[in-house]
Amino acid sequence: MGILIDSNTKVVCQGITGNAGSFHTAQMLEYGTKLVAGVTPGKEGTTVHGVSVFDSVFEAVKSTQANASVIYVPAPFAADAVLEAIEAGVGLVVCITEGIPTLDMIRVKKYILNTKTRLIGPNCPGIIAPGICKIGIMPGYIHKSGSVGVVSRSGTLTYEAVWQLTQRGIGQSTCIGIGGDPIVGINFVDVLRLFQEDKETRAIVLIGEIGGSAEEEAAEVIKREINKPVIGFIAGRTAPQGRRMGHAGAIISGNKGTANSKITALKNAGVNIVDNPADIGEVVAKIISHS
Amino acid sequence: MKLYEFQAKNILKNYGILVPQGKVISSSDDAPEVFREIGCASCVIKAQILAGGRGKGGGIQFVNTPSEAQTIASRMFGSSLVTHQTGLKGAEIKYLLIEEAVSIKKELYLAITIDRSLQMPVLITSTEGGMEIEEIALRAPENIIREPLDILFGIHPFQLRRITSKLGIPITPSSKFTNLLIKLFDVFVKNDCSLLEINPLVITSSGELCALDAKIEIDDNALYRHPEFEQFTQYQDFSQAEVLARRYRLSYISLDGSIGCLVNGAGLAMATMDMIKLHGGEPANFLDVGGDASLEQIIQAFEIILSDYRVKAILVNIFGGIMKCDVIASGIIQAVKEVGIHVPLIVRLEGTNVNAARKLLNESGLNIIPAKDMKSAADAVVKASNNGYIDR
Repeated sequence: MGILIDSNTKVVCQGITGNAGSFHTAQMLEYGTKLVAGVTPGKEGTTVHGVSVFDSVFEAVKSTQANASVIYVPAPFAADAVLEAIEAGVGLVVCITEGIPTLDMIRVKKYILNTKTRLIGPNCPGIIAPGICKIGIMPGYIHKSGSVGVVSRSGTLTYEAVWQLTQRGIGQSTCIGIGGDPIVGINFVDVLRLFQEDKETRAIVLIGEIGGSAEEEAAEVIKREINKPVIGFIAGRTAPQGRRMGHAGAIISGNKGTANSKITALKNAGVNIVDNPADIGEVVAKIISHS
Repeated sequence: MKLYEFQAKNILKNYGILVPQGKVISSSDDAPEVFREIGCASCVIKAQILAGGRGKGGGIQFVNTPSEAQTIASRMFGSSLVTHQTGLKGAEIKYLLIEEAVSIKKELYLAITIDRSLQMPVLITSTEGGMEIEEIALRAPENIIREPLDILFGIHPFQLRRITSKLGIPITPSSKFTNLLIKLFDVFVKNDCSLLEINPLVITSSGELCALDAKIEIDDNALYRHPEFEQFTQYQDFSQAEVLARRYRLSYISLDGSIGCLVNGAGLAMATMDMIKLHGGEPANFLDVGGDASLEQIIQAFEIILSDYRVKAILVNIFGGIMKCDVIASGIIQAVKEVGIHVPLIVRLEGTNVNAARKLLNESGLNIIPAKDMKSAADAVVKASNNGYIDR
């Protein structure tokens, strides 16, 4: 089954007439995604790769019953695009756009709390259920259908990990890039709980990076709620600490945020930490053969 | 974008927040006149750098006469100030802020920043202001008040009551204090700040609240809607390589090692640096060309890496997702021809059209060493950086 998307997922593409929107619409269609509508204000009545374009998400959903949206709208307008999709009742919004102002996303997060919509991203590669549905910008062919769930804050590093799995014949149930921005929609904790409930998922790969405390929070939940094997990698172990201004950041994060803090927390939660990013596939292979 | 103290204080002043009377200078010759203009018996000269810890590092000096102002200022200009936030190289002092010396009754710590865990702005305040605030946060967190702020509503009155009662501020300046908090959140939101810190905020002997220091950081993603900050870019403390990187939208951080790195995506770039270290090498830089680098960006990326004379070998690690590897390979070949690379170049490509890409690199006749995966790439580049010799 996988999580969040399946063969009934119908996607509307916001920003479909732009360069990225149009290119990835073709890629998603080629992969087999049911991409049923596009939205670009002022372009209603036109088509992109055979997909009808509407002026608003509301109209697109009314005509096509789309239940997911993918956003390629430029950063200054992207937060508004997310809100428009939420207001139109779309259940899953995947925001690819990078460079959205942080305060815009804080407003979106506040708004989304009282709705049923789930947001993935922004600044993320998207979500893919291999062989079934791809919403985002990841290359489809590196994936293979199977039983490992992958969740990551990164883009290309996720591809690297997925590719290592696929090359060893290990397939994936669902791969999700939750995005690298300070403010994101669903987080590690949300995705871990979904993977725990998903019957198809037998093991979970979690790829984190330095900064913030998302990995430490994930560790708490893994300890209490997750009984499937989790394999983790944290990027940035050797990155020098950035020049920080003022004290507020340190007061907020305390000792969290460093690679050491994250690795320790995850290890204590029983996560198999991979030290060398080239070994992710190998370690997963070893662990699932034992479980 | 980090703002200097004098720039931050100008913003605060525009929102009706009291800051000490003062003026910024870029030449010590102006110091005596500014001292006289301020007209106080004693002034303070503050080094303008984009880091904290200036007091302990000698970057804040009191002066009592115009000539003393000049002497101290000329000593500070052009020197490097090393603090715990600047790194060992320190920061060159190009600007000085001369201010009236304010008589202080009490010092407070006050900041607004983003709490990633709460996914909200948070106000942080404490009656234990000053340099040791981080230590207090770890040792006695109960002495630090944190109040999450609602971006849609603003600060609620009940929150203001809670903050003032926890802080134990005497009633008289209490309304002044709550007004100040409301103004500060206004500054934070309207200017797209990611950090607004006043440390210390002082109660003066005449009972006024005055921002003795100010640190503001603006969200780079929001700069497009703040043309008023454009003038500040000229003051930023960027190296030539960093200026070039910003112009071509490359994410670049210079480091101390000898292996240049060119990678797409921040996570993969960090993982590549980790690999190099695991294999016994030292990265010379972090460089993320982004998701859809153009030929021009790749050429510029090589220029930037090669401008660092310590670079003894270069590792290119690209996972071509939507970017096609053969296009990237052509880019690399053209860059090598245009830029002229005199150190070993190890290239690891994976993803779309990788076979065509490997063929292009092999047939280019250039000194490019292809690697089949991350491990062999890291291995090859570390060896090359150590002895300039590569196993082919």
